[in-house]
Amino acid sequence: MSQQLFKPGANNLAKVSILAGGLITALVLGFILVTVRSPFTKAPVGIPVPQPVRFSHELHAGTLNVDCRYCHSSAEVSPYGGIPDTHTCMSCHSQIATYSELLEPVRNSYASDERLVWNRVHAVGQYVYFNHSAHLNNGIGCETCHGRIDQMPIVWRNETMTMRWCLDCHFEPEKYIRPLDEVYTMGWTPPIPQSELGPQLVAEYDIHKDGLTDCAVCHR
Amino acid sequence: MSNATFDRPDTADAQDQRQNLSNLSSEEEFEALLTREQPRHAAVWKRSQLDRRSFMKVMGATLALTGLAGCTPRPPDQPIVPYVRTPEFVIPGNPIFFATTMPMGGYGMGAVIETHEGRPTRIEGNPFHPASLGSSDRFLLASILDLYHPDRLTDVRNADGLQSWDAFNSALQTALADAPNGQGLYLLTEAVSSPTMKAQIDALLAAYPDAQWHQYEPVNEDSAFLGAQLAFDEPVNTVYHFDQADVVLALDGDFLTSMPGSVRYARDFMDGRRVRMAADGAAPAMNRLYAVESTPTSTGAVADNRLILRASEVELLARAVAQALGVDGGAAVDGPWDPNWVSAVAEDLQAHAGSSIIIPGREQSPVVHALAHAMNAALGNVGSTVTLIPPVLANPVAMVEDLQALTDAMTAGDVKVLLVLGGNPAYSAPADIDFAGALGQVPFSAHLSQMQDETSMLCMWSLPQTHFIEEWGDILAYDGSASLVQPPIGPLYPDAKSALELIAGLAGDDRTSYDLVRATWESAANGDFESFWRRSLHNGVIEGSAPEALSVQPAGNALPEAAPMDNGLEVIFRPDATIWDGRFAANGWLQELPKPLTQLTWDNMAAIAPAMATAMGLSRGDVVELSVDGRTVKAPIYVQQGHPNNAVTVTLGYGRTAGAGAGTDAGFNAYAIRPSGAQWNMGGAAMQATGETYVLATTQDFPYMEGAHDAVEVATLSEFIADPEFVHKPEKVVNIIPEKEYNSYKWGMSIDLTACIGCNACTIACQSENNISTVGKHEVEINREMHWIRVDRYYEGPEDDPATYFQPVPCMQCEKAPCEMVCPVQATVHSSEGLNQMVYNRCVGTRYCSANCPYGVRRFNFLDFVDPALVLVDMRNPDVTVRARGVMEKCTYCVQRISEARIRANREGRMIEDGEVTPACAAACPTQAIVFGDLNDAESRVVKLKQEPQDYAMLADENTVPRTTYLARIYNPNEQLTSSES
Repeated sequence: MSQQLFKPGANNLAKVSILAGGLITALVLGFILVTVRSPFTKAPVGIPVPQPVRFSHELHAGTLNVDCRYCHSSAEVSPYGGIPDTHTCMSCHSQIATYSELLEPVRNSYASDERLVWNRVHAVGQYVYFNHSAHLNNGIGCETCHGRIDQMPIVWRNETMTMRWCLDCHFEPEKYIRPLDEVYTMGWTPPIPQSELGPQLVAEYDIHKDGLTDCAVCHR
Repeated sequence: MSNATFDRPDTADAQDQRQNLSNLSSEEEFEALLTREQPRHAAVWKRSQLDRRSFMKVMGATLALTGLAGCTPRPPDQPIVPYVRTPEFVIPGNPIFFATTMPMGGYGMGAVIETHEGRPTRIEGNPFHPASLGSSDRFLLASILDLYHPDRLTDVRNADGLQSWDAFNSALQTALADAPNGQGLYLLTEAVSSPTMKAQIDALLAAYPDAQWHQYEPVNEDSAFLGAQLAFDEPVNTVYHFDQADVVLALDGDFLTSMPGSVRYARDFMDGRRVRMAADGAAPAMNRLYAVESTPTSTGAVADNRLILRASEVELLARAVAQALGVDGGAAVDGPWDPNWVSAVAEDLQAHAGSSIIIPGREQSPVVHALAHAMNAALGNVGSTVTLIPPVLANPVAMVEDLQALTDAMTAGDVKVLLVLGGNPAYSAPADIDFAGALGQVPFSAHLSQMQDETSMLCMWSLPQTHFIEEWGDILAYDGSASLVQPPIGPLYPDAKSALELIAGLAGDDRTSYDLVRATWESAANGDFESFWRRSLHNGVIEGSAPEALSVQPAGNALPEAAPMDNGLEVIFRPDATIWDGRFAANGWLQELPKPLTQLTWDNMAAIAPAMATAMGLSRGDVVELSVDGRTVKAPIYVQQGHPNNAVTVTLGYGRTAGAGAGTDAGFNAYAIRPSGAQWNMGGAAMQATGETYVLATTQDFPYMEGAHDAVEVATLSEFIADPEFVHKPEKVVNIIPEKEYNSYKWGMSIDLTACIGCNACTIACQSENNISTVGKHEVEINREMHWIRVDRYYEGPEDDPATYFQPVPCMQCEKAPCEMVCPVQATVHSSEGLNQMVYNRCVGTRYCSANCPYGVRRFNFLDFVDPALVLVDMRNPDVTVRARGVMEKCTYCVQRISEARIRANREGRMIEDGEVTPACAAACPTQAIVFGDLNDAESRVVKLKQEPQDYAMLADENTVPRTTYLARIYNPNEQLTSSES
């Protein structure tokens, strides 16, 4: 009998390595999947985004109580919320705080016709066609997605804005819906429990819940 | 129906199992099997050189990498850049629409341009414009692509390279010093109908009294012009009112798709053919169309009775009809037609005197036009169905003669300065007018054009021209009414100028083109000019500008004697169905658009009758040498059913050598054999096989669908009245897919096959709306075209004179969709409104759905077709995803338009109204054959149409319950002729 190349233990080794190989692959793949999908690695939630102008929503929307739509004027009628043009800033600031150091980039833009370049804070996936007007006109408040803007000196993203997060409301809008005249209110609390008010409003605003989860509502 | 024939090859005489296997693996058997079972993939298989080992490798790699296709990199952090001052009316995210007019051959077609944040993204017809009524043709829809063409001429150039307008102007002034009073200054323009342009040319001619103005269009109306001269001794334009006509005789005139007023004509004509039994309750009536035609066209396909003749014989027939109507048509002639045809047509026309139309084709002789005038007058049609108006063109001339005169002057050395404004005469001049050669004799020449084309190459200066979307102007429509050309965007390339600006500058007028156009119309305004001007700009049309009908008297000129019939081979020249005279050769959408009837893309061909092909031993793709008058050209054969025998049709516009983008070098140049004396057909030609072959890429070569022979249901009007329920309706069978309830909207579509003229406007409209890629000739050859809606063409009956049917096929949006069941990743699913949704970001590209679709409407991105040219990015519709490689796509019923309407209606607290959502195809359709709406709304148009007895579902036995259904094709032949023919 010739010399055996493999000792009897080799059989076990082979079995274990096959198992371990499969296990490791599964773990690696799983880790990748979890990482990719995790809101923690994807969405920069809670991190203030520096902007070219040190604009404070806390001051304007909070202390001064300026209506959201004064600046974000297209939100009610178009897909985009709209970032105000320089002229909108200057409509007040040609009277108020005209020489403020903080406003220098705005004044420069006004004088030179150069556009201001802001940094994007909120973004949904590339395939998503989000429409501000559709939400605002159906009782979804600014606060629901953007958080307490009136308490943010520099704006950060308050929610993950992943598909799962969107669907949470698209499955059960009654959890988040509010009366149309409270859409722009910050810190709104339902006068009656949301569990009663929500279904009432969903019926009143004629929201077809089965249609809300159609793919084509957001993807086209 | 789908008793899929999976016969094992060669089992009958098989000796044993082994024999059988070897049979199956033998090349031919395998190919036969492949072709039968997987027609869409057979072409690819044959083309590839894949052996078993490589196949396994590729499949292994595919398996290993499955899923990677779904991984796309995260978008970079984007900036947001608001305006400094938002322009008037702009709400970011909402489109703005501008009315303008597209010029073509001197005639205007009203358009509405959609812009997003200033970028024109789409063009559609203008509902206020008489030539459009909101519909459009393929040229209008595709013209936006030319605006963004990456090869556009952007700077002033001459042989030394980049130059400036200042350099050009000083060179021009130096050259003009040699031309006192403009002696030797020649202007060559395209056809001009613009009042402002005419005024500026007049001003130029006043400033340079000895200067000369010539015009040339290769697809011109010389015959109509000369025909009017013959009939009335003065030029007139003829306008037809098909809505008033009960009987129409088309004399080789494709009035449905290739005349300046075609879109309007098609609408008016089809309005007289919509049989609605459920709606009316009364016995349905239809108008009747007799078409005499040479090359098969949409008009012949739609005709109730068609007579196929060679182009030269149409004049003889016109004389015979004239005689039968008691109009002096010269001596009676016999021709290769059934005399009954002439008498029956004449009888029908006489029975409908005053409500009939005789319409001659642009390509027919002046005599045919003169005869048509006389016959319409004799029938009392003039004033009711036919009106004569003053010429639409500002200075109507016989253009071939005009070009000949210019070329003679150039050769004689009389031309010192030649300015060619638009057009491409060096390429498109008739073969015996050596314009290109004569250009060498001109000491100073310049060409204003959008692309650096053949003429630019030969001229000393190339000047960048604006696209009509970038310029101010005005133009007249087919009926003489005026409309404005308004730019929604400034020139993409700041150096580009319009012809109007160039001429005004030359005449020393330093007003802007906007001021010039305004000045023209200031005098036309009644009352307040500012409100008149704003209203005109808003509507695009100038109210009340349509001219009064002329009442002209026949001149009583004797018609020239009929030429003896030429029994030799006849070459027929026709503008190309998609790239016209060559002006759209650079337009990828039009190049890839299947030409109606032939379904050919990216090429032109020499079309011959099947009988002739058999007799000469020719088949499709064989290259022949065509000689006319000693000039020859090589052309690939296309065997076209319904083509007259002993004739060959070649289309113009191909064989471009410069400035045609992807269309450069495609096809052959038919201008090289086109004689100036006989622009449209020439006898005495010779054709010889060369032994070479050439690949023609056509769509619909392979069966998209199983059992497609039942796709189109047809009946004559009398058959339909006798049996309104003639269409095949399958019995309801049990379906494994559960019934679903649709509580809100339930979208559906109805397509009227009677009204479809096969013009393919829907295909281009869809391409533009949905960011659909072009794939190129090579990919079309292997059936990988991407169009979401195709227009299938079917022939029935004898090859030499078949009945021709068109059938537009978008996604049927099946309620029991076979595609949905087989998707492993739920990338295609059903919506609550009944749409069969395609979710691009889920799709991993298995293509099971497309294999399981009985209608063959799904399209796969085999390659990355998205055009890398940056400038094209601005043209894309921002409301529709641009699909990546490896993703399936298909018609969505324009879900972006539905979403938009739903959000708007929701905002206003109401339901979407009927007609509020119009998919791009339905909006474009000249005949309104496509109607879309909510099946839950009992009052909607689409519900009414689906109640008609002739409503049927294609491949109904597949039990897919499609939301798109068809109204059967109904036609109204003269029974007298059908019985005598059969």
